[in-house]
Amino acid sequence: MTISIDPQKTNNESLQPKGWLRYFSFSLDHKVIGIQYLVCGFLFYLIGGTLASAIRIELASPMSDFMPRDVYNQVLTLHGTIMIFLWIVPVVNGAFGNYLIPFYVGARDMAFPRLNAVAFWLIPPSGLMLVASYFVEGAAQAGWTAYPPLSITTPQSGQIIWILSVLLLGGSSIFGGINFIATIIKLRRPGLKLMQLPMYCWAMLGTSLLVVLSTPVLAGTLILLSFDIIANTGFFNPVLGGNVVVYQHLFWFYSHPAVYIMVLPAFGLVSEILPVHARKPLFGYTTMVFSIMGIVVLGLVVWAHHMFTSGTPPWMRLFFTIATAFIAVPTGIKFFNWVATLWGGKISINSAMLFSCGFIINFVFGGITGVALAQVPFDIHVHDTYFVVAHFHYIVYGGTVFIIFSSIYHWFPKVTGKMLNEKLGILHFIITFIGFNLCFAPQHWLGLNGMPRRVAEYDPQFQFVNQISSLGALLMAISTIPFLINVFLSVRNGKNAGDNPWNALTPEWLTSSPPPVENWEGEAPLVQEPYGYGKEISEQK
Amino acid sequence: MTTLDSSKEIQKNNSEVNETHEDFRMFGLITFLIADGMTFAGFFAAYLTYKAVNPLPDGAIYELELPIPTLNTILLLVSSATFHKAGKALLKDKNSETQKWLFFTAFLGIIFLICQLFEYFHLPFGLTDNLFASTFYALTGFHGLHVTLGTLMILIIAWQSRINGGRLTSQNMFPLEAVELYWHFVDGIWVILFIILYLL
Repeated sequence: MTISIDPQKTNNESLQPKGWLRYFSFSLDHKVIGIQYLVCGFLFYLIGGTLASAIRIELASPMSDFMPRDVYNQVLTLHGTIMIFLWIVPVVNGAFGNYLIPFYVGARDMAFPRLNAVAFWLIPPSGLMLVASYFVEGAAQAGWTAYPPLSITTPQSGQIIWILSVLLLGGSSIFGGINFIATIIKLRRPGLKLMQLPMYCWAMLGTSLLVVLSTPVLAGTLILLSFDIIANTGFFNPVLGGNVVVYQHLFWFYSHPAVYIMVLPAFGLVSEILPVHARKPLFGYTTMVFSIMGIVVLGLVVWAHHMFTSGTPPWMRLFFTIATAFIAVPTGIKFFNWVATLWGGKISINSAMLFSCGFIINFVFGGITGVALAQVPFDIHVHDTYFVVAHFHYIVYGGTVFIIFSSIYHWFPKVTGKMLNEKLGILHFIITFIGFNLCFAPQHWLGLNGMPRRVAEYDPQFQFVNQISSLGALLMAISTIPFLINVFLSVRNGKNAGDNPWNALTPEWLTSSPPPVENWEGEAPLVQEPYGYGKEISEQK
Repeated sequence: MTTLDSSKEIQKNNSEVNETHEDFRMFGLITFLIADGMTFAGFFAAYLTYKAVNPLPDGAIYELELPIPTLNTILLLVSSATFHKAGKALLKDKNSETQKWLFFTAFLGIIFLICQLFEYFHLPFGLTDNLFASTFYALTGFHGLHVTLGTLMILIIAWQSRINGGRLTSQNMFPLEAVELYWHFVDGIWVILFIILYLL
């Protein structure tokens, strides 16, 4: 059966607002939606970053003097929730996915444009609701994990708003996932084979499978949790005969794959950026594809490694330790493939490349501590300490956020037609890289020495190292300034980029910058070798 | 302008290029139903874990009467068949027959919901009595919500299949096919739920 596209559609689109106003409309254009995701996510990143700064100011001294203890708990809960559900997941999936995937499959839009717009417009209200919950009896304060019985016994209104907000964001994520799967599998240009797709498509396919399979379980769990809070049922309340470990299993069945939902798209993006700036084909395309799918499968069966101290039986510990250690294999393959891609390449040292290399360094460090944490004896020793905080931030900040910035430097010329300023970009990279490592590397030491996380006060012997960490956080906050200046200056007065400033071969560069409404003036180009660098470019066209 | 699917015919219409592509709305719906099924899978996993590791307090009642749920199972299975009949009739352009079968399917759905409520009112335990009771109401309630939505959608497409001015024709089968797939899904979930909750 075929559907004919309404010929009125193009006329209707000319009625939609033009210029910057379209970013505030219910636009169906995947490029507009991608930018909506990116800017909305970045605004929440600024809020989440302010909260992170508040946490580090508080921790600069051992006493709870900057804010009261319960406010500290609210701040860390909001920081975690905002950064994960409103910045990293929407940006690394929604923003870049929406902008790039239709180009990569040679389509004019996503498979379900209306569903796409709905998925985006769920985010701002739920984010505002979450932030506003602070002003109603206080925000949720049970951490981003919302473990019961803590989440049942803390003030109810904040926790319920938190649940509602996460449910809406989960719904948005599922709608996005359905759209990406349909677009990549069903909407490919004729003649384009799956194994010819740019790597980001594979990463998004794997991520979307994880989203579709695991997010609904979180939704169901949170519905049960809200029953416990509102209706006084006892699903997770031991006093009423319930079982808190069931919550942990169900929660981590989503939230471990969530780590891959946050980091797999970054793997895809870095695989797009490195070949362009090293002028070499991506090393080991096929192994990359199988690694992604391997991570998807393994990622679904490792969740209980977050629960080694929850009375987990020995056989379960053994199984989850081995499964987790296995994930290091496909991840290691990808790491070596990136290094091999760079090896012997004609590397341009620009902001995009620097952030990508920063990603590789930080990520391998976070990966190694991850393998260490998978070992039961070690995990029990550092459980709930700053070691876990450091590991996690090395993955999601040192990994994913570095790639988000790298991608912004790489694709800014495509989106706006203007180049970003390289000097400010390199300054941004240096401050971010030093600040990030200064902030989180000392936290490994703090954790190994037993400083617990999520507590406003600590033993005075840790003060000096905490102050180093807070200094790093200050640098990270400052690093946003050159970036913002850079973006605002370049949008107005940036150097003209031309259509393809990097001489890249992936399809989005084969149209004008910024691209026209339906992506191509004529037929979509058939790009069968997106990484064919080192060959004659004319051969490609 | 052949990005979408050049193997399918390209129609020219109103002097504007009118692209066609394969219909993948069904594909999207199936993906959504997989996601929805995972929600139920989470509930089932929680229920089975509770059954295995959380003993109920002494004197807690968790025996369920079988007649009503068995009747409900039969109702839903029959409604799946009647829905199928409606689709067959639409294929032959017999809209009035389609409408008849759809109304009958919706009627079976409503009877199911009434039976479910009847069971709720006559059970010896309430939502917060014990862990089994809470899980029972959460599972059947969540499923009942799906049946309610399904029944409403069946009534909508029954209205759309009216002879004069209805959108549902043998050329536009998608609304009927989509609701039918959803209805079979809700049926299938009920069968699993019936086995796990009432028979195990």
